[in-house]
Amino acid sequence: MTPEGKHLEVTLETQVESVNLAEEMCLRVAEAAGFGEDDCYRIGMSVREGVINAFHYGNQERPEKKIHLAVDLTSDKMIIHVLDEGTGFRLSDVPDPLAEENLLSTSGRGIFLMRSFMDEFDVVKGATGGAEIVMSKKLPGLDKTSANGEGGQSSTPRPEA
Amino acid sequence: MSLHATHRDAGNVTVVDCSGKITLGDGSALLRKTIRGLLDEGRTHIVVNLADVDYIDSSGIGELVSGFTAVRGRSGELKLLHLTKKVKDLLQLTRLYTVFEVYSDEATALSSFK
Repeated sequence: MTPEGKHLEVTLETQVESVNLAEEMCLRVAEAAGFGEDDCYRIGMSVREGVINAFHYGNQERPEKKIHLAVDLTSDKMIIHVLDEGTGFRLSDVPDPLAEENLLSTSGRGIFLMRSFMDEFDVVKGATGGAEIVMSKKLPGLDKTSANGEGGQSSTPRPEA
Repeated sequence: MSLHATHRDAGNVTVVDCSGKITLGDGSALLRKTIRGLLDEGRTHIVVNLADVDYIDSSGIGELVSGFTAVRGRSGELKLLHLTKKVKDLLQLTRLYTVFEVYSDEATALSSFK
């Protein structure tokens, strides 16, 4: 498969079912791109967490709002965008779920999981005014650690002010 | 496959056997309902058997934590049994592996309750 220039875009309803739908769609793309089982799991989980974030925090579960999902396959990586129609947020405002005082929190681990499972992760102000999660993973074969499912640590750039 | 959960009593301990996925929506809701139901019946020594749970997301993790704190709030204990590799890895990544008591043998888990 030659993945250069592949682009997929879909608008999802703000409902729980969209989480599974988004995950399944991205898993198909990841499998077709040649990612192994472990990386597919990490990509699927990251998409799931991104859409949960848009559904719950961004759109606040309001059905009139939409979730915009886009996937790009470039020559070297799979890039995923999840855009909500909320008011946006700053990564620096997200509490650290590994901090002792947050360990027993019942929420707030989604961003951490996406950062851990993807090679690159950022949150920017989207075209809707909401938060746009942008995350990517190097295609297998280009990065040895990625190809064997032992993905490296993610970068954690700060969002625009 | 969404979550399937049944429970059985072993002396003063209740074992909740879970299979499927603990994720946002029905899976997390069923786990919550099961644990809250047991607490309402006065069952406060609970082992959650995750042998057949191969997938859990942040909502599922949150529900396990919620159950853990709810049981502890009733002076009880909630412990985990038979973690699959993916679930174990997630709990280690989120530092929750040190919060929960985790067992790989049911008899040992049952005898750990005072």
